[in-house]
Amino acid sequence: MPPILWLIPGLPLFGFVALYLSAGRMPHRAAAAIGVGSIGLATLLAFAFAHWFLGASLPGDVYLETAWRWITIGGFDPAVAFRLDPLSLVMMLVVTFVGFLIHLYSAEFMAKDEGYGRFFAYMNLFVAAMLTLVLADNLLVLYAGWEGVGLASYLLIGFWYRDPANGAAARKAFILTRIGDTAFIIGLFLLFHELGTLDIATLMARAHETWATGSAVANAAAALLLAGALGKSAQLPLQTWLPDAMAGPTPVSALLHAATMVTAGVYLIARTHELFELAPAVELTVAVIGAATLLLAACSALNQHDIKRILAYSTMSQIGYMFLALGVGAWTAAIFHFMTHAFFKALLFLAAGAVMMRLNDEHDIFRMGGLWRRMPVAFVSFLIGASSLAALPLVTAGFYSKDMILWGVWSSGPAGPGLWATGFVGAFITALYSFRAVFVMFFGDARRTPSGRYGWCIVAPLAVLSALALTGGFVNIPSALGNVNSFSDLLAPVLPARQEVTTASTTQALVMAATSLLVLLGVYLAYLTYIQRAQVLRRIATSSPARALAGFWFGGWGFDTLYEHIFVRPFLALARLNRNDIVDACYGGLVVASRTLNRALSRTVTGRVRAYAAWVAVGSLAALAIALFLQ
Amino acid sequence: MASVSPSQALLLAMILFALGLAGVLARRNLVFLLMSIEIMLNAAGLAFVVAGSRWHQPDGQILFILVLTLAASEVAVGLALILRIHQRNASLDADAAAKLKG
Repeated sequence: MPPILWLIPGLPLFGFVALYLSAGRMPHRAAAAIGVGSIGLATLLAFAFAHWFLGASLPGDVYLETAWRWITIGGFDPAVAFRLDPLSLVMMLVVTFVGFLIHLYSAEFMAKDEGYGRFFAYMNLFVAAMLTLVLADNLLVLYAGWEGVGLASYLLIGFWYRDPANGAAARKAFILTRIGDTAFIIGLFLLFHELGTLDIATLMARAHETWATGSAVANAAAALLLAGALGKSAQLPLQTWLPDAMAGPTPVSALLHAATMVTAGVYLIARTHELFELAPAVELTVAVIGAATLLLAACSALNQHDIKRILAYSTMSQIGYMFLALGVGAWTAAIFHFMTHAFFKALLFLAAGAVMMRLNDEHDIFRMGGLWRRMPVAFVSFLIGASSLAALPLVTAGFYSKDMILWGVWSSGPAGPGLWATGFVGAFITALYSFRAVFVMFFGDARRTPSGRYGWCIVAPLAVLSALALTGGFVNIPSALGNVNSFSDLLAPVLPARQEVTTASTTQALVMAATSLLVLLGVYLAYLTYIQRAQVLRRIATSSPARALAGFWFGGWGFDTLYEHIFVRPFLALARLNRNDIVDACYGGLVVASRTLNRALSRTVTGRVRAYAAWVAVGSLAALAIALFLQ
Repeated sequence: MASVSPSQALLLAMILFALGLAGVLARRNLVFLLMSIEIMLNAAGLAFVVAGSRWHQPDGQILFILVLTLAASEVAVGLALILRIHQRNASLDADAAAKLKG
């Protein structure tokens, strides 16, 4: 291959520049052609590179391409270099391909929006930044992409900027992720200070040579990187921005949840997993945070009315699964789940968007109902997406990746079964809330009549993503069901499997069967509640403790209120207190004092020579007196 | 030749200086003002000479010559100024020249 790997993030970036400089004066067709075309070309190029890479068998399975040397200061000379290895290959393919489908969908979905060109400009920037992030050979370049993703998400969440609420949501996302970013950059300083490089491969090798497992510095560095990942991936305790980020257009949510942004944290931890292996305490924290987030978000998803908020909480929960996998060292499982999640979450968002656009932008699932006959395309896509999210056994992609995570967690050591139990319960709730959405939206009495119809730009991405959400999991099938390991074998050079705890494969099969049963039970419970409307369940659901709990979960476990009281209010109070700028008042006082003194001394300038002479005499006398007394 | 003790001579210088200062502060006529300043300069010169003779050093007399030169130039400039002020104000009152303030 010619050295044109840089074109993969470069093409979307050119698209962004061209669209942004046109400042909205470009006709819609041209904007769509540039916006979708740049990602399309990048996708083709990514597949060409993948084809070449898989056939080439390079030494160490790494292809490096240095674009230029960024700066040279002392011993610090980071290069803007791109690195293609199996891990970044998978990420790159998913980001470009899913990103392309979402762009294609947006070409029709956003057709009536006045900010059409601006929309595609920001979307291109988003993808370009994410591709820089995943292809970076160097933590500094990765950080540049990381910040680019943050900026693009801010611009897109606040895309409809005329509504102040959208601006507030955008700021919330930006500020909360910024907390993590600050920890991340401090982590970079620490790593550079201790190990003298930011080049990822060298860094990991030196970390292993320099630090003992569990040493304080290794723990600190891993914890700082983890804080960065928590912010970007919306995990506890920095998770509250994600549900509000739904203020942006639906394709933005699809892109943000499936391909870019929230998976950046997962990628960062997988990329630096050797560092995390040196810090077992932090690694365990990753797993615990993942487990807590997945349960918490799943419970919240169970109570939402807004379809986009249901999906937002489900993303948080699924990323929690990925963190759980990362925390127990099942790196491959996390990346596998990232891939299948990208397929079905993009599908769910696009299908939800397709439903909403024909119901006059209706978000409330309880005002939909009975839609399956009227919009079969959206129904089938959403059903497939929800099945994959719920990990319906055997036929969906989500089943294989979630099973891989749960098995990885189960066999991970002493903490395994406890963590596995949360994932297990989470799987039940996931099935419940995904099918709650399906049943409420598409079955029951029809309440609204849809208008319009879909063009091929909407149908094609839905079809492709549906196919992937069903079959995407067949690249890795557990031994009990046929033992296909193409995905883990592909990633093995970068993410070696931990020493397998050799348990008989019957245990694995049993664990899998238990999960499958639980998922089916969840679906059945949703069926009983929302289709059969069983009286017992009604009565439980309307009892007062259940209502209180539901209200608590609806508000995301009160985290927003908590942060409001702990951080936002005191800060605002301080700001109000300092409205007149206390520090500035000091300088203001200096001005007032000198002006007063000036006015007082001006009075002595009378023009009378004799008065001056008297002052001179008095002053000399005073000086003499002082000299005498101080002798 | 009866010699004068330094303390007596310094006392004389002090009295002369005080007289001059009183003249500067009390008189309003510019010419008298100038003369009072001359008296103060002479008092200072006398103090230098006395100090020089007390330590048998020529420095005091040298400094007196310097003071004399200073006084001469001061009188030259001062008289010229007085002439100009007199032409402008038609009086020699120092307070009438208060308009010169910035």
